[in-house]
Amino acid sequence: MERYTEIRWHGRAQQGVVTAAKLLGEAALREGKYVQAFPDFGPERMGAPVRAFNRLSTEPIRLHCGVKNPDVVIIVDPTLIAGGGVSQSPLLDGMKEDTVFIVNTPKGAAGMRGALGLKNGEGKVYTVDASRISLEKIGRHLPNTAMLGALAKVTNVVEMSALIENFKENYSKKFSPKVVEGNIGAMEKGSQDVKGE
Amino acid sequence: MEPATKTKKQVGLTGNSAVAYAMKQIDPDVCAAYPITPSTQIVEDFSSYYADGKVGTELITVESEHSAMSACIGAAAAGARVMTTTSSQGLALMWEMLYVASGLRLPVVMTVVNRALSAPISIQCDHSDSMGARDSGWIQIYSETVQEAYDNLFQALRVAEDARVLTPAMVCMDGFITSHAIENIALLDDSEVKDFIGEYRPKRSLLDVDNPITLGAMTLQDSYMDFKHEQSKAIAGAKAVVAEVGKEFGERFGRSYGLMECYRLEDAEAVVIVLNSAAGTTKVAIDRLRDKGTKVGLLKPRLFRPFPHEEIASALAGTKAVCVLDRADSMSGFGGPLFSEVRSALYGRKGCPPVIGRIFGLGGRDYTVEHAFGVFGELYDILEKGKVEKPFGYLKP
Amino acid sequence: MKKEKEKEEGKTVPLGGVITKAGSAADYFTGGWRKLRPVVDKGKCTNCLICWVMCPDSAVIVEDGKLVGFDLEHCKGCGICAVECPDKVKAIKMEEEAG
Repeated sequence: MERYTEIRWHGRAQQGVVTAAKLLGEAALREGKYVQAFPDFGPERMGAPVRAFNRLSTEPIRLHCGVKNPDVVIIVDPTLIAGGGVSQSPLLDGMKEDTVFIVNTPKGAAGMRGALGLKNGEGKVYTVDASRISLEKIGRHLPNTAMLGALAKVTNVVEMSALIENFKENYSKKFSPKVVEGNIGAMEKGSQDVKGE
Repeated sequence: MEPATKTKKQVGLTGNSAVAYAMKQIDPDVCAAYPITPSTQIVEDFSSYYADGKVGTELITVESEHSAMSACIGAAAAGARVMTTTSSQGLALMWEMLYVASGLRLPVVMTVVNRALSAPISIQCDHSDSMGARDSGWIQIYSETVQEAYDNLFQALRVAEDARVLTPAMVCMDGFITSHAIENIALLDDSEVKDFIGEYRPKRSLLDVDNPITLGAMTLQDSYMDFKHEQSKAIAGAKAVVAEVGKEFGERFGRSYGLMECYRLEDAEAVVIVLNSAAGTTKVAIDRLRDKGTKVGLLKPRLFRPFPHEEIASALAGTKAVCVLDRADSMSGFGGPLFSEVRSALYGRKGCPPVIGRIFGLGGRDYTVEHAFGVFGELYDILEKGKVEKPFGYLKP
Repeated sequence: MKKEKEKEEGKTVPLGGVITKAGSAADYFTGGWRKLRPVVDKGKCTNCLICWVMCPDSAVIVEDGKLVGFDLEHCKGCGICAVECPDKVKAIKMEEEAG
């Protein structure tokens, strides 16, 4: 039976959530994995809550349905957690006992557990201030690459080196050297700063 | 966009990007298209190739899909190799011109990124669009994955342009599920593509002033039916060419294609028949059920037009119960298009198994492994009770 | 069309309904549709050739810049020539075919 790592990204349109899933897919493919990266399209408006998904495996992936029981949930926009237009349930939807939550927030992981509505022993919570990192490193609010760095640190789904090399190799044409460096810096800083409970 | 990442000769591309890349490699003479969700990115990517001078194609930006197909017909009549792409309402707007392309026997090749039809409006996947065009005289090839959508395009071109066929062809893939998902895909080299598709040498051209021809002349009661009979025979004959080209593709590139894919079917009692991406999810369900000792299998038709009725009926010989999953309702009150075809193919055969039809996944509704379990459960119910209680219905959410 | 049937690689009808012979309309005698026939009064005709320009069936026969008659195998008797003949001239009249 094939085994997958399934990841669900939560953010808002224009925050690079779909791009993050794409970058992760490309980097994992670079490591020789089989990948899927796909968005969950709703109304395409700036600021609308969006989701994106990854499925990563060492075997060819034949599933073509949405991710129902994510191994990792990445919350790129903390305003989605409470009062941000989305009730809490979509974030915890289909979670397993050991689902890993990585949240973009300056707050600590223990506090986030309560905010997410997770009981003790349910899931594992990590936090990283990806918004601040992106402002420092890239000069714009694009928290996705810092979140990727955090993901590489707290899980073994992808190596930092694959994320960085993929970005260098494939986005140097599209972006200026400064932007490429900034994003790589954000990945590294995200990896260093992420903290669990 | 050039393929971004290379591992084991594989890259990660969405279905749309892969199709646009295939079109770049084919480098057709003419592409007339009007972008529509979810196939927009094909036209966007191809426009970039055009703007960057990477294709020699004449790209015609038109004001509607009706015009797009009309321009394709004109260009094909002039002897050009012609490609286009569309979805949903766009295909619906092409409707009358689809019949003109096939009736004039012009080998236009079109990618259809499957999307539901309004109303109510939906941009998500189902097969209402291409199924509605199933009787328009176009060859229809369906694709489970990004890789298949890419591979099928080259093969569709070969089949359509084959002198024995000369019939337009559509390659279908699921909107968003395949069109917008990045998956691993192995690309062919440009030279491999060129060798495989060869040069298109049309027998006639409207622009050949030394050999003037009339196209689209009126026919009366004495001949219209004869033209349709010839066309019907030609599309039926396309079946053998699809098989031949699929085999050659396998010999050249290591990925063989037949008229259908049979997955763990040899000794299967309960069988699901389904097109496109849902077949992959069904395979996962089958593996899990097989691990528990259940004899279940899948038949995934690749070619829907012409319908390989004999091959499908033979493949189902020995099965005990069949469920056909349709991602489109024909609104006939008795099953979807694939269901009707399969059941009709089995009619009158000795030991014909009970066949039920279920509509699923309309407007992008997710089809999961659990849904497949449910369907196989229904089939085993039939086997236990020895009778079919509901031959046709909608799959529960 | 019937002549075409025998051609084309032994098929009964040409592929895609293509007519491969140019000018095949000449073989189709539309003169049989005619109820009224055009008659020209050469005494009045100024050879302005407006009728030749306007005839939808190219049935006005002109030689050396002069109207010499009508191709009655193809003239459908529509009368456009008679209408278009200038008011001051009116050299063409439509007459009953039977008469």
